[in-house]
Amino acid sequence: MRININGKSEEIKKSTLVEIIAEKGLCQDNLVLEHNKRIIPKEEWRDIILKENDVVEIISFVGGG
Amino acid sequence: MEDLLVIAGKEIGNRLFIGTGKFSSYSIMKQSLEAAKAEVATVALRRVDSDSKKENIMDFVPESCRVMINTSGARDADEAIRIARLAKAAGAGNWIKIEVIRDNKYLLPENLETLKAVEALVREGFVVFPYMSPDLSMGRRMVEAGAAAVMPLGSPIGSNRGVKTRELIEIMINEINLPIIVDAGLGRPSEACECMELGAAAVLVNTAIAVSNDPVKMAKAFSESVYAGRLAYLSGIPAVEKTASASSPLTGFLRDKK
Repeated sequence: MRININGKSEEIKKSTLVEIIAEKGLCQDNLVLEHNKRIIPKEEWRDIILKENDVVEIISFVGGG
Repeated sequence: MEDLLVIAGKEIGNRLFIGTGKFSSYSIMKQSLEAAKAEVATVALRRVDSDSKKENIMDFVPESCRVMINTSGARDADEAIRIARLAKAAGAGNWIKIEVIRDNKYLLPENLETLKAVEALVREGFVVFPYMSPDLSMGRRMVEAGAAAVMPLGSPIGSNRGVKTRELIEIMINEINLPIIVDAGLGRPSEACECMELGAAAVLVNTAIAVSNDPVKMAKAFSESVYAGRLAYLSGIPAVEKTASASSPLTGFLRDKK
């Protein structure tokens, strides 16, 4: 299935947010996820089942003034 | 008595706020924050990508330092609000510097959209710091909207041009009953000191520290300069006079009065 992650269309095999994060090798700390423009609390990451054309944003902190 | 800046119940001893962008490494950034004894540091949010550093910047912000998330990248109020909510959800607390910018050449803020974001985020319980072009009327609107402080710019972000907006900032300091934090464009410690002498509550510096040859030393230089400027302001800076006023006695020595 194809979904949009951070503005890019990607083919994914996994179906939940928590699996996507693991597949990308990202550490869960200090990440925040949006699923179809809704912020998803960390405890719900494993409950969100992704569907075709879903939009996911994976956001983290960077330096800034 | 200790001279503390109190914002939303939080006591801040060091009036130099430091931005965390442009440092060559998170380690240098951390050492700089420590050298300055900074108590407030700004951090931004970005999409994670394959180029993203594996290190987590939050691990490099000293515990004594409060994080203020900026909304850089926002082009209107809605985007700024979205970023603020993301920051809170990510566990960054509720201190938000609103930065709404559409102009890519000078990075000058969009005051009206900034105001809209302030109004909305104050209602959601955020402690809101609008970065704005110095303008008294708009500053007053920010106060009415519930801003915690107002952050007028000294000159364009990263330009190191100093306090080009001095007269306007001075008016805001005199007329607005909220902390005025001069943000952006301060290129050297003397310029930070100048802001503090004028009565600014604090200054925010990033580029001038981060891109110097020795950021750790420069952070300390800014910190001490901000402290000096604050002491001078509290001491009451004497008026400027047109003519001389002798500091040493001029009469009655080696010469007879005629």
